[in-house]
Amino acid sequence: MRHSIISLIATLLCIAAFSAQASDIVVRGDLVYTSAGDPIQNGVVVVRDGKILAIGPASSVSIPGDMDVVNAAVVTPGLIDAHTVVGMVGYLSQDDDQDHLEQSAAIQPELRAIDAYNAREPLIEWLRTFGVTTIHSGHGPGEIVSGQTLIAKTTGDTIDEAVFNPAAMVAATLGQGAVMSGNGGRNTPGTRGKVAAMLRTELLKAEAYADKIAAAADDDEKDPPARDLKMEVLTSVLSGDTPLLVTVNRHNDIMTALRIAEEFDIRMVLDGASEAYLLLDEIKAAGVPVIVHPAMARAGGERENLSFTTAEKLINAGIPTAFQSGYEGYVPKTRVVLFEAAITLAHGVSPDQALAAITIDAAKILGIDDRVGSLEVGKDGDLALYDGDPFEYTTHAIGTIIEGVRVSDTVK
Amino acid sequence: MKRLSALVSCVFLLHSMAAFGESTAFVGATIMPVSGEPIENGTLVIEDGKISAVGSNVRVPRNADVVDVAGMVIIPGLVDTHSHIGEPAGADRSSPIQPEARVLDSINVRDAGFKRALAGGITTANLMSGSGHLMSGQTVYVKMRDGNSIETVAYKKDDGSVDGGMKMANGTNPRRDAPFPGTRGKSAALVRQKYVAAQEYMAKIERADGDPEKMPERDLAMEALIEVLDGERVVHHHTHRHDDILTVLRLQEEFGFRVVLHHVSEAHRVAEEIAAANVPVSLIMIDSPGGKLESQYIDFENAPALERAGVNVGFHTDDYISDSRLFMRMAALGVRAGMTRKTALRALTLAGAEMLDLDDRIGTLERGKDADFVILSGDPFSVYTRVQETWVEGVKRFDIDDSDDRAVAEGGFGALQPSVIHEFHGYEEGH
Repeated sequence: MRHSIISLIATLLCIAAFSAQASDIVVRGDLVYTSAGDPIQNGVVVVRDGKILAIGPASSVSIPGDMDVVNAAVVTPGLIDAHTVVGMVGYLSQDDDQDHLEQSAAIQPELRAIDAYNAREPLIEWLRTFGVTTIHSGHGPGEIVSGQTLIAKTTGDTIDEAVFNPAAMVAATLGQGAVMSGNGGRNTPGTRGKVAAMLRTELLKAEAYADKIAAAADDDEKDPPARDLKMEVLTSVLSGDTPLLVTVNRHNDIMTALRIAEEFDIRMVLDGASEAYLLLDEIKAAGVPVIVHPAMARAGGERENLSFTTAEKLINAGIPTAFQSGYEGYVPKTRVVLFEAAITLAHGVSPDQALAAITIDAAKILGIDDRVGSLEVGKDGDLALYDGDPFEYTTHAIGTIIEGVRVSDTVK
Repeated sequence: MKRLSALVSCVFLLHSMAAFGESTAFVGATIMPVSGEPIENGTLVIEDGKISAVGSNVRVPRNADVVDVAGMVIIPGLVDTHSHIGEPAGADRSSPIQPEARVLDSINVRDAGFKRALAGGITTANLMSGSGHLMSGQTVYVKMRDGNSIETVAYKKDDGSVDGGMKMANGTNPRRDAPFPGTRGKSAALVRQKYVAAQEYMAKIERADGDPEKMPERDLAMEALIEVLDGERVVHHHTHRHDDILTVLRLQEEFGFRVVLHHVSEAHRVAEEIAAANVPVSLIMIDSPGGKLESQYIDFENAPALERAGVNVGFHTDDYISDSRLFMRMAALGVRAGMTRKTALRALTLAGAEMLDLDDRIGTLERGKDADFVILSGDPFSVYTRVQETWVEGVKRFDIDDSDDRAVAEGGFGALQPSVIHEFHGYEEGH
């Protein structure tokens, strides 16, 4: 008897859930920015089963009667932070939870971000509050090759729930930032030239490794080389399957990065690139996208020549550009990509360009634009809600939706 | 030869006289004087480095240069109550309490940080050492005038000495190996012991009653602390956690020094206590909580919470923690959290002036005050607004139409040099 009551309740719950699932929601905005065409006045976005089912003016989209409707003055696609280390570093900067940088060796592409990422890290929630729904996080700058990165939604209690690309890129650093990489009391690499030589040497080894595998595949007489995690990852960089994310700031180091990209014919993404404005033609010719440093980054060290106008110059040169929150060792422990994009509006970037650089353009650079980055039918139901111009200092983020689930209703 | 030098001085005199009596009128802007309500289509008249008139029905002097600033917004020069531009370096690692160390003996007035400050509309700043000490030395209040030495840019007291406060800190930043404290209890004990010694030194001087034979030996540390105990030298106290804030208030009550609380991450938790102590607060707004243990509960909410409690609130850049060029953003984030615009603008100007005891000279646009003001392209709290010009004592010190100044405002190759800006790869020193 008791069993049958429980199963009846369970059945009823199932029916309720089926008719209006937790991942179903309707968002109506006075102004809906889609990052896929003109903004829609009085627009409606219908999300069913976590995906966008319909989008358009309220007059032409019918709202299913069983779904909750959320209203906002302004709606945008969920924001994408194209490069951060949130989830890899504890927000209180304690020694034992800073997992973005392993300093025991200069080149360690085998380090996977998924083995370190803490989906419950408080700063993930912080970013989510401001409308950030997707982050590219992982090993940070500071070693020649520090490890892998991942792409995750800013939700989920475990890495498996959060992640949707567990091995997005391989993080590298050139220039002074990589000098003394893997420093265990040794004094090498001590120069820029040595840094580049060490990276090239390792890529050559990976080429040889790949050649041996190919040779073994063609010839039953030959054994493939013993599996080598490091070589396997670098092989995927050489094949173009995995981009090399190169943190680099000074103009001469940017050229070194482009030189290596050409030599090994690898897919590269420039990160930081504070002197990129000196090399617009070269970067464009190389076909390399740029995840530009945070606009409010401190003008120190190798970033001493950074400019608020770099984003404008990159974007208007036609170079694919995205914004990032970056890496911070102190306060603020993370920046907010919305705030960083906003600063460039007083320096030549248009609101449309800025929004693209934290939505669809970021998605393209990360290779995830089939799922996120714009509000289009069939894409993930990731949305950010504001009570005004999202970039204005005094506007509030009022809600965040990921795959149809309202994951934040904090007003901040 | 003598005659020649007399002639030269005469020429110099005439040159400087040329400016004397000349006035400039800025007409057509929305003027936000802070001392009163905003004035639409207002007029600001300056003369000899001072404000001679401000209002809507102001008679423009006949010989005045008239500058049309229609569509612009004019606000008082901003006061940054806590900055590290100019490489200020007071105390060293030898001990946790060094009131004798003066940052005025370290300031590099050629540091490009001063230009960044002007590009952000800052006309007055309190330059100080870091927070790695319980007491890291004497701060200096500077005016962003053109100067070749710290003496030429520093505010002066009536006796001609350089004006400034005393930097103190508690919480985790001053904690390290002995002779530095290892706990909060030890931190407070060390500070109390030093203040007690200063009280005794003061008593000796009083007992000597002018008799040189009975005077104690001169002691630079004690002399500086006497200024603190007398209330002449205001303590600028780095503090974050709610209990550390209350410790500052406890020591303030015991020794009677005047204090401004700085950073104050957990102000929202003890706003009533701060208000009851009648102590002003200079806030920093950080884009995310954490970065270190004691700022884990920092919240934009600090700004409206303190306003509601009736606390006198200001802001600071803590440059290079935040960039001086973005100082107005700090207050805008306060508005975002619910602070009134009126209080937010006051916090950037008059409140800071009051915290530095300079409100008789700066902080508002009123007749007789220094002609320190900022011309903005629009709303002070909008991300789209840019500083057009910054004036200090009637001299235009930043102009967006000047290519060198514009380069500072925007950055670029060599634009921000020479400068020392730390990159934080670790969490060593702290601010």
